[in-house]
Amino acid sequence: MATLNTEANIAAPDDFYERLIATHRGLTDAQSALVNARLILVLANHIGDPGVLAQAMAAALDGVGAAADAGGG
Amino acid sequence: MKTYTNPVYPYARPAELDAPGARRPVVIVGAGPVGLAAAIDLGQRGVPVVVLDDDRTVSVGSRAICYAKRALEILDRLGCGQQVVDKGIRWNVGKVFFRDELVYRFDLLPEPGHRRPAFVNLQQYWFEEYLVERAQAVAGVELRWESKVVGVAPHADHVDVTVATPDGEYTLECDWIIAADGSRSAVRQLLGLEWEGQVFHDRFLIADIHMKSDFPTERWFWFDPPFHPNQSTLLHRQADDVWRIDFQLGWDANPEEERMPERILPRLRAMLGEDADFEIEWASVYTFQCRRMQRFCHGRVLFAGDAAHVVSPFGARGANSGIQDADNLVWKLDLVLKGLAPDRLLDSYDAERTRAADENILNSTRSTDFITPKSNVSRTFRDATLGLAKKHAFARRLVNSGRLSVPAILVDSPLNTPDRDPDFAHGPGAMVPGAPAADAPVAGPAGEWLLSYLGGDFTLLGFDAAVGPFGVAALARDPIPCKVVQVGGKPTAGATTIEDVLGLAVRRYGARPGTVYLLRPDQHVCARWREFDLPSVRAAIARATASA
Repeated sequence: MATLNTEANIAAPDDFYERLIATHRGLTDAQSALVNARLILVLANHIGDPGVLAQAMAAALDGVGAAADAGGG
Repeated sequence: MKTYTNPVYPYARPAELDAPGARRPVVIVGAGPVGLAAAIDLGQRGVPVVVLDDDRTVSVGSRAICYAKRALEILDRLGCGQQVVDKGIRWNVGKVFFRDELVYRFDLLPEPGHRRPAFVNLQQYWFEEYLVERAQAVAGVELRWESKVVGVAPHADHVDVTVATPDGEYTLECDWIIAADGSRSAVRQLLGLEWEGQVFHDRFLIADIHMKSDFPTERWFWFDPPFHPNQSTLLHRQADDVWRIDFQLGWDANPEEERMPERILPRLRAMLGEDADFEIEWASVYTFQCRRMQRFCHGRVLFAGDAAHVVSPFGARGANSGIQDADNLVWKLDLVLKGLAPDRLLDSYDAERTRAADENILNSTRSTDFITPKSNVSRTFRDATLGLAKKHAFARRLVNSGRLSVPAILVDSPLNTPDRDPDFAHGPGAMVPGAPAADAPVAGPAGEWLLSYLGGDFTLLGFDAAVGPFGVAALARDPIPCKVVQVGGKPTAGATTIEDVLGLAVRRYGARPGTVYLLRPDQHVCARWREFDLPSVRAAIARATASA
């Protein structure tokens, strides 16, 4: 099974991050949430591998939600 | 302040108040780090220079405190690097915390074999004091205190500078002005020149405290720490047990109130503990901006440092880039003044340093956007990145608490001669045309570091006696002389021979026997070949002096 790559994999990380934030410029919070959801779906389709996607979802969920709330954030 | 007393430099009545003086080749406005570095460099080259400063002391408050490796190497060439390094606090490691957890650690100089560390921290007043001492020791440098520029009148072949002193006004006539008079540059304003950019909507408290502590000598940056929720905090150690703490306050903070000790002390107690024993040395509340002039050269008025460009402080890209401005400008101005290069050589100062300013502005803007997110979604991404960073390497690369000053690599400079030999390395750290020369430990007559042998004049660095005695003699006699330094091989008459004691010079320069590098007077590579050829070297020097 393919493994989720969480090592640095983007050649120019600061360029990427700037572009990511710029994508949201001028959007309302609701529009931003929608753009983020669409972005995830587009990227998920690109990745394709269900095992990798499941690992990515787990990594994203880790530390968020009930467990984190109990810790007081 | 407990640890520092500002010196008071003597004002002397200038002779020009009584009778017009001779035209000066160069007047520098501003005796800060950039103006002083330029003055020392000009003086060392035999160019007499008058430095005008509206005050009579060094920086009030610690202000710029992080001096990068490249700036220290430039100071070495100016004869005052050792003092700064001896007094300063060396550091290479930075740590980033999110809330109370360490999420990221970086080491800026993991590689040994360099004379200078990645950074030293030193209060700007000490830094300037050492530069003033050095400037006073260099023949031909005249420092004029309490001398405020109130008029600048450019003409085709000279500039008239009107100077206000306690005894009245006088006019100095000069060939060139270097305006190094800071972000509120009087010269820029007198000429009605604009600069463009953005002001960030955030406020920061800088508090310098005197405290005995065994805290590590590292840069610590907190996002949303328990002692200062929802904001960031930065901690740096300076000389004399002085610590710099930077608290992000947000745009709504009242700068007058936040400056008061009764507001500062609770913030410090929350961070350092109720029992911590410290005294406040100096505090200031500031906002910051990223902007630059469109051009740094306006006829005979040449702008450098904060007068030409300002950045937010995250990344230490202010004073460090200003010192590189001076380093870049002075050798060119010297050749122009001596009639050895055309005025258009100065266009390359503009081209090279506006590009460097853009790189600094880009990096510090990105850091600021990460530290001060401008929207909810930007803040969400920021916190998501920090949350992932503890576990996942990819996210650590995205965390941005400041991308610290690295030397400009002048890859697109018109002064570079493109590689002709195809097998030179081009990756990160490679000595491509435009890169500043890498240091290495060596043995030779002028000390144990390679950089001591390079720069000042053009330098041809040859490996294994690459340059024969005829070439050495011919280059020494040229109108723009070029000295020859050879790494290894038999000594050659007229050249300096050094030994590559650990093999690091050969490795860092990707050298083979016969390889030669041509270095500009500011130690940047401008050409390289796999074998020496006199006409090629002469052509490259002509190109590097806009004389081709």
